[in-house]
Amino acid sequence: MVRLVAFLVGLFFSGMLLLGLGDTIVSAIKEPALPTVEAGFHEETLPVTFAHDGPLGKFDRGQLQRGLKVYSEVCSACHSLKLVAFRDFAALGYSEDQVKALAKGWKTEVPSINPETGEPATRPGIPADKIPSPFANETAARAANNNALPPDLSLITKAREGGPAYVYSLLLGYRDQAGYKNEEGKELLKEFPDAATPPGLHFNPWFANLNIAMAPPLAADDQVTYDDGTKATKQQMAKDVAAFLTWTAEPKMENRKSAGWAALGFLLIFTLLAFMSYRTIWADKKH
Amino acid sequence: MSFPWAQEYKPQGTVAKWVDERLPLPRLVYNAVGAGYPVPRNLNYFWNFGVLAGVALVIQIVTGIVLAMHYYASVDGAFNSVEHIMRDVNAGWFLRYAHMNGASFFFIVVYIHIFRGLFYGSYKAPREMIWLLGVTIFLLMMATAFMGYVLPWGQMSFWGAQVITGFFSAIPLVGEPLRQLLLGGFAPDQAALNRFFSLHYLMPFVIAGVIILHVWALHIPGSSNPTGVSVKGEQDTVPFHPYYTAKDGFGLGIFLIFFVAVTFFAPNMLGHPDNYIPANPLSTPAHIVPEWYFLPFYAILKAFTVDFGIPFTGIIIIPAKLMGVLAMFGSILLLFFLPWLDTSPVRSGHYRPLFRKFFWYGLIPSLVVLTYCGGKPPYTQWVVLSQIAAAYYFAHFLIILPIVSRIERPLALPNSITEAVTGKPLPAAA
Repeated sequence: MVRLVAFLVGLFFSGMLLLGLGDTIVSAIKEPALPTVEAGFHEETLPVTFAHDGPLGKFDRGQLQRGLKVYSEVCSACHSLKLVAFRDFAALGYSEDQVKALAKGWKTEVPSINPETGEPATRPGIPADKIPSPFANETAARAANNNALPPDLSLITKAREGGPAYVYSLLLGYRDQAGYKNEEGKELLKEFPDAATPPGLHFNPWFANLNIAMAPPLAADDQVTYDDGTKATKQQMAKDVAAFLTWTAEPKMENRKSAGWAALGFLLIFTLLAFMSYRTIWADKKH
Repeated sequence: MSFPWAQEYKPQGTVAKWVDERLPLPRLVYNAVGAGYPVPRNLNYFWNFGVLAGVALVIQIVTGIVLAMHYYASVDGAFNSVEHIMRDVNAGWFLRYAHMNGASFFFIVVYIHIFRGLFYGSYKAPREMIWLLGVTIFLLMMATAFMGYVLPWGQMSFWGAQVITGFFSAIPLVGEPLRQLLLGGFAPDQAALNRFFSLHYLMPFVIAGVIILHVWALHIPGSSNPTGVSVKGEQDTVPFHPYYTAKDGFGLGIFLIFFVAVTFFAPNMLGHPDNYIPANPLSTPAHIVPEWYFLPFYAILKAFTVDFGIPFTGIIIIPAKLMGVLAMFGSILLLFFLPWLDTSPVRSGHYRPLFRKFFWYGLIPSLVVLTYCGGKPPYTQWVVLSQIAAAYYFAHFLIILPIVSRIERPLALPNSITEAVTGKPLPAAA
């Protein structure tokens, strides 16, 4: 009885799936899926390597400090960094006094109240504060950005496929759409005449739908003046800020990797000993 | 029960004797995983995975309890509380990554454990009850893992909850009210998050309870073995301790090396980037995908694309969506009937030439294809592949297996475990 019912159920499910298979194939032939702009013209991330890559990689403190400078002078005009506190910057190699000065001198003040009247007010930052956001709320952010919402950047390198390489590619990915060809030599506007970038958006083949609201943030070399004398090319700035945003997303990366090596070392010894006990105990037993 | 030659627990010293007479817990442990449990001597490494699954559950419970001390189940605060754990709690990043990857490793281990049961026929008499309890544990694990994935309240948490609870709305008449009752609202929100947290904390202990039953049921007939031949005498077994405690210790070391390598060096490899974006009910992700361990079932769900009805009348009896949901649950529930579908008296796949062909060239490829296609967007090629693979999956268990067990001529079995191990026939019994 069980097998009869099972047979019928199996016949039903498998039969419906095979019917569906026929239906899928017929409709794919009748109405082949149209090629999409994204499928043909969305680009893979550019090749870029970082000091923190790989199981042994560590952050380059100088690069993180440069990245912070790019963030604070360029990105922070629109993008918040809500999960990071000023005190966290100590990990970038700043002294306590430098962190205090950074917090105090940040261009946006921290929302607060007037201690006398209780009215909303702002005050200079202290190390314990999270980085103040450029806009008070989502509505204000959209109002100032043509109804687009600049995402918070704290976790951006973990929240996008490709991580820091995506950030790097996106920042350098602005292209002139007229005459733009992909690697196969196909011209975008000839293949998809309707895909012209609408006004107010910017063409960037590294962005998911190719048209991004953000204007090219790194417009020219030397937009930021680095304190360590590094030449601030667009590539350099993009790479530095991508490294910085890796740190904001994963501030404990170095602890994680070093703990990982310690754990692996311990486990290798443990496993070797366990293997030797296993062999010893079983020595007289054929199995 | 146990074999008559099982070693007996002998309490050493007055304290041990005093305890043994009042609460023989050490005796229970001795008989469960000590020298008092005789186990076939020929178990291969696939038999390590039961113990490893137990270890994985313990890792989840220990890390989970500490995480719960810092987590805050609120739609406004959950995402940030997870980030607080990652950034400000001492070793919080470790607890969180261990818990997150621990879930994946729990499933890896359990899938290998199930695979072993399927290939070596561990579900067959007299071990049906162990199998039924095992499938129950698997279902409980799936529910627990799903609810756990919702807790960080990222984009995939929210939309995963939306999709999975949406299954219930496919049920005719009562579906939508049932879904609202489960969620405590029209969409996943504070009420849903709170109850998911509560249940996510409860269910591991339910799982632990069913594991006790699973192990209890195992100790009635004793462990199976790669030949599938029953234990015939003392020479076929070794005491669990020290033989298998030592082997499990080695297996545990290997398991932890893999676990540590992923947790510390590629902790987000098995996750989805979208879950690092806070949940936003107004923005649907481009592709909603569950965690990797649900992908085969998700592929089955999506493979049903035509309604079942009376041809040429337009009358629909079962819409495609409902059928997909039924099939998805059915794909797991059918495992409950496996002991009665596979009627071959031979347990081990080693001695079943026909079964082995369907197993290796049918079932395993179809599961691989389903896992792969489950994570893909619904383009024609992936739908076609998952429809073929899903059709095979159902046919394998419900049609092929019963027929194979009837027509197959199994290979000659060894006379005993010891003979299979030593290659020498046993001296004739006196």
